[in-house]
Amino acid sequence: MAKLFTHIRLIAGALALAFLVAIATSVSAQQPSMVNPTADAVKEQQLLKELNRIQGRGTIPDVRSYVLEQPAGREWRHFHEVTLRWIGGIAVLGMLGLVVLFYLARGMVKIENGRSGRKIVRFNGFERFVHWMTAACFIILALSGLNITFGKPLLLPLMGPEAFTTWSELAKYAHNFLSFPFTIGVVLIFLMWVGGNIPNNVDAEWVKRGGGIIGNDHPPAYRFNAGQKMIYWIVVIGGGASAVTGYLLLFPFYGTGIEGMQIAQVVHAVVSVLFIAAMLGHIYIGTIGMEGAFEAMGEGTVDINWAKQHHRLWLEEEVSRSPKGARAQPAE
Amino acid sequence: MARMKFLCDADRCIECNACVTACKNENEVPWGINRRRVVTINDGKPGERSVSMACMHCTDAPCAAVCPVNVFYTTADGVVLHSKDLCIGCGYCFYACPFGAPQYPKVGNFGSRGKMDKCTFCAGGPEADGSKEEFEKYGANRLAEGKLPLCAEMCSTKSLLAGDGEVIAQIYKERVSKRGYGSGAWGWQTAYRESIAT
Repeated sequence: MAKLFTHIRLIAGALALAFLVAIATSVSAQQPSMVNPTADAVKEQQLLKELNRIQGRGTIPDVRSYVLEQPAGREWRHFHEVTLRWIGGIAVLGMLGLVVLFYLARGMVKIENGRSGRKIVRFNGFERFVHWMTAACFIILALSGLNITFGKPLLLPLMGPEAFTTWSELAKYAHNFLSFPFTIGVVLIFLMWVGGNIPNNVDAEWVKRGGGIIGNDHPPAYRFNAGQKMIYWIVVIGGGASAVTGYLLLFPFYGTGIEGMQIAQVVHAVVSVLFIAAMLGHIYIGTIGMEGAFEAMGEGTVDINWAKQHHRLWLEEEVSRSPKGARAQPAE
Repeated sequence: MARMKFLCDADRCIECNACVTACKNENEVPWGINRRRVVTINDGKPGERSVSMACMHCTDAPCAAVCPVNVFYTTADGVVLHSKDLCIGCGYCFYACPFGAPQYPKVGNFGSRGKMDKCTFCAGGPEADGSKEEFEKYGANRLAEGKLPLCAEMCSTKSLLAGDGEVIAQIYKERVSKRGYGSGAWGWQTAYRESIAT
């Protein structure tokens, strides 16, 4: 009996062993065709779909280089090469055209009652210094900025590559360095004139009556009328926005990555061309557009009759503040 | 004429960084600049892959399109090169490049950028082939000597391929069909608007 049991055990054991071996060999035989090493591998298109960029890890110290691929530059390219040129062209040329048409139709706005010969201080020396510092920087920043967008199609064929590079490099340095006095100017302008530039009821009335721009009406205004307030806020907000985005580009990777710099460049460019268009209007009305306006920022004084016509409420204020007209200067 | 391209077979790359070192040495690339780099995606996780990346010498290159001073040109071999004499260091090519290829030596104040530097496919620049000026500005001109870029030439696993796009695509296809898998030609869709069917 015992012998039979030993016999069965032996056979069963042999069978079990054979079974195990059979399974093991069949598994190892199938392994190469069953396992696909790329089945769970990262996929380029899938990664791009998820994030629109592929980032990993590297071994060189430059952590920015760990971004492997970022196709978003394509949209930015289209903006810079096509969209921006349209926006900029329409804004700047459109404004120039508008100003010329307006001048032809309206001509210079005269001082209605002629010059009185008596003058009143409108902007003191510090105010004028800040204005002209900002203005001079703005003109150079605007021209050097427009060169980056429009220089290649317009100037490069005329100047040739070497001269165009020399000019563009100088323009770039000017753009970088003059951004600092410009930014200081914008901050000072904000602080200096914010008191007189809060919109109020007089502005609504001024706008309703066409502001003297449409028609020959001369709605009353305090020191700054609604049009000037608009220019003020364009300078403060537009200048502020272009300064912030400009510094993001000037100091790469301090604030943002590449995608942030692409957005910063878009904001910088759009705000700037609109800013330039607005300033063309400002320059027009401050020079050939209106008699007696330039001297406010030139010498700092304006004629009493000019003030009466354009800023009646401000003149009344000034006169009541100093009954004998302490700030008003007699004619020579 | 051949249309030169790079192709990194990510299933072969072992992240040894020899291509990075070879490039730096062959072209005497300035300190702080890497024309080529290896990026590992999903490092330490299943499915991790490493890709060696440099300028891909794109078809209709975005850098060339946005350059405000037109310093880029494409050679008859389809290699995108640039002139350091004309570059003003504005950084625009860097915003447009999908592969982070353009880099700038840090010179002067703030973040101000020097002349842009990038992979030349070991094909130098606009100066006379093999001249001293060319080497100083752009590095080696191996293509003019009938050689391919050193990064690919010395790749230990032959993961990085450089050469005529059709030839390297064929090599990659054969590899994929023989071994039965392949994670695709990284960057090709973005750079050349085509991928290799596997």
